Amino acid sequence: MFVDIMINTMTLTVRFAVALLIASLGEMYNQKAGIFNLGCEGIMSMGAFLGMLVPFMIGGADQVPGYVNILGLITGTLCGALLGLIFGIVVITFRAPQGIAGIGMQMFGVGLAGTFFRSYIGGSQSITGINASAIPVISKIPIIGEILFTHNAVVYFAYLMIPVCYYIMYKTPWGLHVRAVGTHPRAADSLGINVNKVRYQSLAVGGAMAGFAGAFLTLCQAKMFTADIIGGRGFIAVALVYFGQWHPIKIFLGALLFTFAQSLQTQIQIFVPQFQYYEFLTMLPYLLVIVVLAFNRKSNKFGPASLGKPFNREMRV
Amino acid sequence: MGKFNEIKELRLENIVKRFPGVLATDHVSLTVGEHEILALVGENGAGKTTLMNVIMGLYQQDEGSMFINGEEVHFRSPNDAFDCGIGMVHQQYMLVPNMTVLENIALGMKDCQKKVKVDLDSVRAKVNEISTKYGLKVDPDAYIWQLAVGEQQRVELVKTLCLGAKFLILDEPTSALTPQETDELISLLSRMAKELSIIFISHKLNEVKALSQKVCILRHGAVVFQGNTKDYTPKEIAALMTGHEVETSANTEEPCNGNIAVDIKDLCVKSDRGFLALDHFNLEIKEGEIVGLAGVSGNGQRELAESMNGLRKVESGSINFYGTEISNLTPRQIIDLGMGYIPEERNIEGIVPSMSIKENIILKDNETEKFSKNHILKNKEIEKYTDEMREKFDIRSPHMHIAAGSLSGGNIQKVILAREIDRNPKFLVCVYPIRGLDMGAAEFIHKQLLALRKKGVGILLISEELEEIMNLSDRIAVICKGQNQKVLMRDEASTSKLGILMAGVKDE
Repeated sequence: MFVDIMINTMTLTVRFAVALLIASLGEMYNQKAGIFNLGCEGIMSMGAFLGMLVPFMIGGADQVPGYVNILGLITGTLCGALLGLIFGIVVITFRAPQGIAGIGMQMFGVGLAGTFFRSYIGGSQSITGINASAIPVISKIPIIGEILFTHNAVVYFAYLMIPVCYYIMYKTPWGLHVRAVGTHPRAADSLGINVNKVRYQSLAVGGAMAGFAGAFLTLCQAKMFTADIIGGRGFIAVALVYFGQWHPIKIFLGALLFTFAQSLQTQIQIFVPQFQYYEFLTMLPYLLVIVVLAFNRKSNKFGPASLGKPFNREMRV
Repeated sequence: MGKFNEIKELRLENIVKRFPGVLATDHVSLTVGEHEILALVGENGAGKTTLMNVIMGLYQQDEGSMFINGEEVHFRSPNDAFDCGIGMVHQQYMLVPNMTVLENIALGMKDCQKKVKVDLDSVRAKVNEISTKYGLKVDPDAYIWQLAVGEQQRVELVKTLCLGAKFLILDEPTSALTPQETDELISLLSRMAKELSIIFISHKLNEVKALSQKVCILRHGAVVFQGNTKDYTPKEIAALMTGHEVETSANTEEPCNGNIAVDIKDLCVKSDRGFLALDHFNLEIKEGEIVGLAGVSGNGQRELAESMNGLRKVESGSINFYGTEISNLTPRQIIDLGMGYIPEERNIEGIVPSMSIKENIILKDNETEKFSKNHILKNKEIEKYTDEMREKFDIRSPHMHIAAGSLSGGNIQKVILAREIDRNPKFLVCVYPIRGLDMGAAEFIHKQLLALRKKGVGILLISEELEEIMNLSDRIAVICKGQNQKVLMRDEASTSKLGILMAGVKDE
């Protein structure tokens, strides 16, 4: 039984870590550019709703052609980018406090998605979504084959984003600009880099990735939408960025760890139903995040020093 | 490369820049020719930096125009200034600490950003070319946070030159350097002036004399004087700068022989970053004596002041204060023993900026019977007392109800002084007391310190201004890497001697 639990847990971890991974990689861009977007949860919620809406409008609960599901993903992604830009107007142009604006964005996104859901879809409906398919041959490798190669295409695409995000952040001119405006915006400004433009761009990218993560949840994971489908993943994503110290690889490890704890507790609930206090099990992954954050080495050398501070060139200190 | 092959002349005409409620520059006109070094001199808040930010396109002027070689130019962003060959080294270095030297330079070089991947190899080649040409050594792969202040400045210079600057603006480039580093910089700049034009902002008049051909003095945003540097003495320039004759007070008394007030033995204290900022530091200070502690900032001064006031944990060693061991006591206990403290960051540590001047003045004594009864503040007494303080310490403010944070630096320092001095401390720890103050305010503060010394109070004066230290101190200690290098009597000390000690070289 133990082996079954572990194989199941790891297989689920690989699949379920995706939403968290993509959302936190997006949040990483926001924070590296100096803005922390607590509204991630709300953006994911809208992404999740649109990810469901597009295939549902076209085909209802029936099987729809693959491109319709992809269209759902794209719609969620674009909506996320748009919401990121709206958040940008609030915190960059109007310099609203980011924490408060983020909470606003979270409630706005979750509320809007819930309202639209009620008026356009109604009760709980499911879609076929994007299904997992085992990759021939290599999925037959014992243990590893099942854990790694029995997922849908979007999962592999998501993992490809880790090196891509790393490359963009550390090798491209845009990444250079993002890192500069989040740490020392005045320095960037003195070199003719438009600080606020870069921040808007990073919010669009971060929002898009949160939207994608939300759409992934409905299309590939739950195959349905509920008002609380995100279930705090947006906030966990924000926490994971701190946990991973703004580095894509460490963020990836954090997402894996959290999802592993999450999957393990569901497996324990399934395999050991006689354990009564399942609420405690549900709590475990979140507890883990708090404990790990508390003991995380606090290093500000590599962090974005201007995180949370609006930029105003003519503000004389 | 660039819009102009050479800059024969940069001319400003009637530049006006306003900030809400402030006229930062007031119809400023000036001209700098090719291979010329112009010193721009003025007190804090005179508008020097604002004017330079206008030249760089960081600020847009409200009125006036700028000409290069007689042709009018408009800079909308620093990119436009770089294109015309103008570059600036800001007073606060514009370097991103968690990026490498190369990345910082690449940030400004548009040529290396044209492909998907940043072309760091071309940046490296350019950096090597510039550093060989001017003898500016930098490690291209070091992170900025790993570099000392002097090295960071070299990076700034290399960066500016890599961006193609033929016209350099340097905003107080020597403010964080040791005397030796300053000398090196000055000789470097005079060599560079053979190929470049330079505007050099400073209020250290000996540097102005050593380096510049022309001097331009700003006061309250307006040009009050322009002329050839060699025709004027530093004293004349100082008088023009402040608008009145400057007298400097100095300690001329005999060295005293009082009881020992503070005895610090083998003190070890950690910095925020976790290394030993004070490493077996020893110093004793007598009653009625001013001991100046010279050193480049960041060598343990902050940690010393904080541990003496209970604000930082002492790892080992002792601080004996009139017979009481005060290491690791709480700040309140140390205050009650008679310690006074003028902290480094006057806006953050010295006052609570959002509270009124009145409240800030009684902050240390609000629980005494003088100011409160049954835990309720005695408002009338406080008003009366703080009005006296305003008179006595010349705090320039219409009344004492306004927020202390809205005062100028000099007046904030006077508020702190009023609080610390009038409670009759037995000892005073004084950290960078005149940093960023104009000459008038600095002079006032020095007079107060000398008066306190006469009353028998021991003073530890931590400063990076050697002139201040040599004028006021009875004895001078030099701190480097958390250790007391040497203690000199006032008449033994000279700038060069102290400079060598500050750089970490022990003689003998």
